[in-house]
Amino acid sequence: IYDRAITVFSPDGHLFQVEYAQEAVKKGSTAVGIRGKDIVVLGVEKKSVAKLQEERTVRKICTLDDHVCMAFAGLTADARIVINRARVECQSHRLTVEDPVTVEYITRHIATLKQRYTQSNGRRPFGISALIVGFDCDGTPRLYQTDPSGTYHAWKANAIGRSAKTVREFLEKNYTDEAIATDNESIKLAIKALLEVVQSGGKNIELAVIRRNQPLKLLESKELETLVTEIEKEDEAEKKKQKKST
Amino acid sequence: MALLDVCGISDWVKEDGFNAERASVDKVNHFNFAAQTPELAVPVGVDPAEFLRPLVDSEEGVDGVKINLEHGTTTLAFKFQHGVMVAVDSRASAGSYVSTQMFKKVIEINPFLLGTMSGSAADCVYWERVLAKECRIYKLRNKERISVSAASKLLANMVVNYRGMGLSMGTMICGWDKKGPGLYYVDDNGLRLCGNMFSTGSGNTYAYGVMDSGYRYDLSVPEAYDLAQRAIFHATHRDAYSGGTVNMYHMRETGWIKVSQEDVGDLYHRFFNEKK
Repeated sequence: IYDRAITVFSPDGHLFQVEYAQEAVKKGSTAVGIRGKDIVVLGVEKKSVAKLQEERTVRKICTLDDHVCMAFAGLTADARIVINRARVECQSHRLTVEDPVTVEYITRHIATLKQRYTQSNGRRPFGISALIVGFDCDGTPRLYQTDPSGTYHAWKANAIGRSAKTVREFLEKNYTDEAIATDNESIKLAIKALLEVVQSGGKNIELAVIRRNQPLKLLESKELETLVTEIEKEDEAEKKKQKKST
Repeated sequence: MALLDVCGISDWVKEDGFNAERASVDKVNHFNFAAQTPELAVPVGVDPAEFLRPLVDSEEGVDGVKINLEHGTTTLAFKFQHGVMVAVDSRASAGSYVSTQMFKKVIEINPFLLGTMSGSAADCVYWERVLAKECRIYKLRNKERISVSAASKLLANMVVNYRGMGLSMGTMICGWDKKGPGLYYVDDNGLRLCGNMFSTGSGNTYAYGVMDSGYRYDLSVPEAYDLAQRAIFHATHRDAYSGGTVNMYHMRETGWIKVSQEDVGDLYHRFFNEKK
């Protein structure tokens, strides 16, 4: 019988278990989310796999329903539980309300679940932060982030995991109306953001997009390579321009 | 446990109740209401459905007692080009005794949702008030009004937990939401139907007769008011368990309005004078 709380307050008002969970998140591989005008983009850093390991078994970007998907940073096993509960809730909502969930609703559900685990007997908080993206019925694109404490916020663009701070600073400088003017530009912004912190370029990036009224689409490595090459060309052209002006 | 054995109730009580019970953290919410709340909990060892079945279903009842669960009333609702018409009578009866002629059989859940009541007055009033509570909570949590299909689904899910236990409720949930006008029929078996025209209660056959002969989708507003009123009136004229006044509502894009409340006696004189 579990009747002892594990997550308790410290004298200065901290929940240390929650803060330690946030540390676990910071050790996970980076994930970035971008909200465009007609597209939402999720990008993750692919961890290198062992020689004998099948590459495609670890997926960090998962669909929750036809119109919502999420990426996470942190403990993969914890994420699996949260994702399963979210998927069940998406279908339960469709059954009882006869409408698909809004992105905010499923985010709120996940956040409530996480909060309950910070205030339950014998349980520790989930060690993941999630980036939840999708489109609502009325066509509005959404991006939300949740963290182990159970709070959630809406974002235009955000990053979680290792080097999240660097990526977020990059996004703060580079997320402009021009940068998200087209679907392609939004995708390139996500790639550029990840390239800041990922070693050896396109091979270690996995990217997925959702367009309005379309299911999640994972970009193939060929497409990624093409885009990375485009970005590198643009960068070189910028550098040349700057050299000329100085 | 030894104490349970001594008291003789270990047959009913599940002994591993402590460990088997899922912690509330892990319970999945499938919008299952009320069945777990203490005020409607069933005593251990009693199965209400089994207890009630011989009284209701069998020919001769139990010791000469047979319970007839009938929906004594007339209510109707239909969709047309200008929204949804809702009309009900106002008689509450207990067998052949008329308890009141002024019973409100339409519950105003919110400015865009109405529920009608037929069957057991107690069941209808209670469950539709619980539905109103849930609709309000939905609006607070999700910052938008609940859809008609969701509201009717919640009600159906609530009562299906009590299937066979003697609830008697036939209701129509009418409203206007993002998808336009909505009309659903929900009853005590958990049946939920979407449709353009329903009538419930002991007088429903009379109401259907009048409605079916005069109904068109492109009725004008005055024509629809007249049709709804007439249908209820004729049902109250022939059905002993319907009467009192005809309460009429019109559900429009901007919400519902209460059109009229007329005594069936006055309606009788109006309609029968027309014939002259």
